[in-house]
Amino acid sequence: MTTAPALEAPALLEMSDIDKSFPGVHALRQVGLQIRPGEVLALLGENGAGKTTLIKVLGGAYRPDAGTIRIDGRSVAITRPTDAQRAGVAIIYQEFNLVPHLSARENIFLGREDSRGGFVRRRDERRRARDLFARIGVAIDPETPCARLTVAQQQVVEIAKALAADARIIVMDEPSAALTIQEVERLFEIIGDLKRHGMGVIYISHRLEEVFRVADRVMVMRDGSHVATRPVGELTRQDMIEMMVGRKIENEFPKQRAQLGAERLRVQGLKRGDRVRDVSFSVRSGEVVTLTGLVGAGRTETARLIFGADRMESGTVSLDGRRLRLRSPRDAMASGIGLLTEDRRNQGLVLAHSARENFGLPNLGGLSALGFVRGRAERDAFAGFIRSLKIKIPHQDELAGNLSGGNQQKVVLAKWLQQDCKVIIFDEPTRGIDVGAKYEIYLLMNDLAAAGKAILMVSSELPEVLGMSDRILVMHDGRITGEITDPAGATQEQILELAMG
Amino acid sequence: MPNARPAIRRFLANYGMVLILVLLAAYYSWATWKEQYPGGEEAAAGVSEAVGDELGPGTRVLVVAQEGARAREFAAAAAAALRDRGMNVVGVVLGDPHDLRTELERRAASPDKPAAVVATREAAEWRLMQVLPERFPSLAKVRVFSPRSYWWPDFLKRSNLLAIADRIVVIAVIAIGMTMVIITGGIDLSVGSLIALSAVVSTLLVREFAGASDATAFGMVLCCLAAVLACGLMGAFSGVMVTAFSIPPFIGTLAMMLIASGLAFILAGGQSIYQVPASIDWLGRGTSLGGIPNTVTLMVVLYAGAHVLMTRTVLGRYIYAVGGNVEAARLSGVPVRWVILFVYAVCGLLAGVGGVVQASQLQSGAPTYGLMYELYVIAAVVVGGTSLGGGQGRILGTLIGAFIIAVIQNGMNLTGVESYTQKVVLGAVILGAVLLDMLKKRRST
Repeated sequence: MTTAPALEAPALLEMSDIDKSFPGVHALRQVGLQIRPGEVLALLGENGAGKTTLIKVLGGAYRPDAGTIRIDGRSVAITRPTDAQRAGVAIIYQEFNLVPHLSARENIFLGREDSRGGFVRRRDERRRARDLFARIGVAIDPETPCARLTVAQQQVVEIAKALAADARIIVMDEPSAALTIQEVERLFEIIGDLKRHGMGVIYISHRLEEVFRVADRVMVMRDGSHVATRPVGELTRQDMIEMMVGRKIENEFPKQRAQLGAERLRVQGLKRGDRVRDVSFSVRSGEVVTLTGLVGAGRTETARLIFGADRMESGTVSLDGRRLRLRSPRDAMASGIGLLTEDRRNQGLVLAHSARENFGLPNLGGLSALGFVRGRAERDAFAGFIRSLKIKIPHQDELAGNLSGGNQQKVVLAKWLQQDCKVIIFDEPTRGIDVGAKYEIYLLMNDLAAAGKAILMVSSELPEVLGMSDRILVMHDGRITGEITDPAGATQEQILELAMG
Repeated sequence: MPNARPAIRRFLANYGMVLILVLLAAYYSWATWKEQYPGGEEAAAGVSEAVGDELGPGTRVLVVAQEGARAREFAAAAAAALRDRGMNVVGVVLGDPHDLRTELERRAASPDKPAAVVATREAAEWRLMQVLPERFPSLAKVRVFSPRSYWWPDFLKRSNLLAIADRIVVIAVIAIGMTMVIITGGIDLSVGSLIALSAVVSTLLVREFAGASDATAFGMVLCCLAAVLACGLMGAFSGVMVTAFSIPPFIGTLAMMLIASGLAFILAGGQSIYQVPASIDWLGRGTSLGGIPNTVTLMVVLYAGAHVLMTRTVLGRYIYAVGGNVEAARLSGVPVRWVILFVYAVCGLLAGVGGVVQASQLQSGAPTYGLMYELYVIAAVVVGGTSLGGGQGRILGTLIGAFIIAVIQNGMNLTGVESYTQKVVLGAVILGAVLLDMLKKRRST
C-alpha cells in the first residue's frame, strides 16, 4: 500500500505480500490486508478475484508461496486449520460446518469438549453455551439439534463456536445469502456487538448495500491483486463496481422494454401445502414478471409447481391458452417451459460431469438418432453457445464444478436456450454471481424478452427486482399480496411493505 | 515439458488399471518361466518334421515309448505323422528298456534295420539309448530323435489363459450390470443368489419340461432364456422397490438376495439337478469361430454392447447423470425412475446369464452356486475404477478389474500360494484399488 492510513491502534491482523500460485493460475499476487481491533473490513471482488484464496490462506487451508501473517504484531506460521484456530482466527463459510444431528451445544464445543476423565461435563458446557447465546443476544436452546434450527440460528451457532474458541478475527463469507431481511438486521446487530468487544471482522458479500451498512473500510480485489482499500465513506456504489470489474459501467441494470405480445403463461389457483396457498397470475410474451417476497413466502415453490418439479394439489397452468398436464419436469419441458434453479450446484448441474454433458442432458432428444448421441451435433451446438453467451471455459469437457458461478449459470442457461423454451423461469438468476457476469445475464434476459419469450423471475435482490422487471408480484405466506405495474416509479420500501403482509 | 505431466496423469487416470494388469501378467510370466516338454500330437508333429527334414522320405523309423497313456498317445501320433510324411515306420516299441533291447537285438540281425529312432523324452534318456553304438555296432549310424523342449511361462500357456477366462466369465458378465447399478449410485447384493436361482430354474425346466437328459438344443435354449428372464424380473422388482418406495438399494437387494437364494433351494428341493444332457456344456465349455471358447465370445459381445450403450447412447448419458446428481437430472427432464429400473433389470438379467453359464460349465444346477459372488463382482467393479459414490466409472475398466482379480488368483495358484493367503492378498488388492481412487480424486480437487 502506498498511502498507509494512520493507525491509532496496532493492527490486529496484518497479512502482507501474500503470493499463491496453482498450476496455471497465479491466484494471489503480493496481496496485503490489515484489520484493526473493533473494525469491519468488507472484502469485495468478482468471483475468481482471489478473495476465497486469501481467506483460505488465513484459515490454514492453503499454504502461501510467499508472504507473512502477523497477529498483534507477532509473526505467526499458519500451515494447518488448527494453527489458525490457535491464533484466534475463525472462518464461517457459506456452507456451515455443523453436524446436523448434534445439538447446538455439542457443535459449539466439538473438538474442544469440556471433559474430565473422558466424560463430557455437560452442565458446564450448557451454561457456557447459554452465556454465549446471551452475549450474542439470541434465545436458542443449546440442546436443539442443529438440523432443527433455522439458517439464521445455525449461523449464530457458528458465531458462538468462534467465540467459544476465543477467536478475535472472524471471517464471514456471504453471511446474508440465505437470511431473511429481518435476520440480516439481527446479524448486523451481532456484528456491531463483536466490534464493541474489540474483535476484527472480515465481511465478504456481493450485496453492496450491506457493505455500506456494516463496513468501516472496503478492500477491493481483482484478478488476484489488491486494487484499493478505502474507508467506506469515501466510496460510492458506482466506485466499488468499477473497481471490481476494472472498467466503467454506466448502468447496473440495462433494462430494455420489449414489445409485449399475447398472454403466454397463465397460472390459476395454484396450491401445494401451506407454502403455496392460492397463486394466480399471467405473463405475456416479451414480458419480465418478477415474483418477490421474503424467504419462505413460497416463490421458489410456485416456480417448481409451474415446472412440474413438485405435484400441485390443485390449480392449472396454461401455455398459449392450452392447459398443461404437468406430472414431471419432462412434461413441462415438452410443453416449452424451462427452469434455472436457485441452487445451481445441487439442482442445476452435475458438477462432476463435463459442461458439455450438462448442456446436452435435457437436449439429447434433439441431439440423438435412434438412441445414439450425435456427438458432433452436440459439440457444435454447445460451441455456438460458448461463443454467443461468452462462456469462459478452457474446453468443452471441463468439469462443470470447476467453473465460476457466472459461467455455471451460463451453462444452465444454454441448456434451456437450446430447448427453445417459450417460458423461462429464472430463480435467483444472479445469486453468487459477480458483477460482470450479472450484467451479461441481464442483457440475455433482454434478448429473450425481445424474442417473444415470457420470463418469470424469482428474486430477493430488490435493486434487481426494481431494475429488471416489467411487472412485480409480491408474495407473502403462499399468496400474492401485491402487484406493482410500474417498477420504475416504485421503491424498495413499497415492496417490503407488501412483503410483510 | 509443461504439458507432458498432465498428459501422463490423464493416461494413468484412464488406463492405470491396464498398466497394472500388464505388470501382473509380466510378473507371473516371469515367475512361471520354465522348460516345457511337449507331449502328444504337438510333440509328435514336431519330431516327425525334424526326421523328415534331416533324413528325407522313405527313412526307416522305429518309434519307442515307455508305458503310460501319454506315451502311448505320443507313439501313435508319431507313427501316424511319420507315415504322413512318407516315412517307413518299421516298428513301435511300447514298454521298458528290456523290451527295447529285445527288439533291437532282433533288428540288428535282420536286414530291415531302422535308420532313425523316434523316442519320447523319457525313453531317449534310457541308458540303452545312450550306449547304442557300443552295444549294437550295426546300429551305430542310427539317429535318435526326441521332442525338443522349449522355454515358456506356464502362465501364458493357452490352456492356462483359457482357464482364466473360464474362471472369470460369470463374474465379468454380471459385473457389467453391477457397474451400471453402481454408476447410478446404487448397489445390487442379490446377484450371487440370482446365479443359483438361474442355474436351478434352467436345469429344472430342462428336467421337467424339455425331456431331461434327452432334451433338444432348442428346448434347452428356451429353458435358459426363461431362467434369464425370471432373474431379470427379480432385478426389475428390486428396481421398483428402490424407485417407487425409496428403499435404500443396500437393504432392498439384501432382501432380494435372501428371497432368491431361498427360492433356489425350494425349487431344487435342496439338491443338485443333474438330469440334463451333457451337450448343455456347449455354452460354458464349447468353442466355435475357430477354437474361441463360447464364453469368451459371449463376454466380448456383452462388453462391446455395454460399452457402446454407456458411451454413445442417450440412455448411457442418463445413467451417468442420475448417479452424478439425481435432482439435477430430474430437473433436466431425465426419466429418473425408468433409468434406475432399467439398470436393476439389466443387472438381474446378466446375473441370470451368469447362472446359465455356471450351469453349463458344471452340467448341473444347484442352489449353492454363486455363493459370495456378489462380493467378487463388486470387487471387480471397484478395482476397475468405478466410484461407489455414483456418476463415474467405465465398463471397460470393470473388464480390466475382473481380469486383475482373475490373474492374481490364477497366478497365486500357479506359484503355489495357499488359498488362505490368497484371500488376504485379494482383500489388500481391493483396498489398494479404492485408495488409488481416493488419491486420484484428492489430486483432481
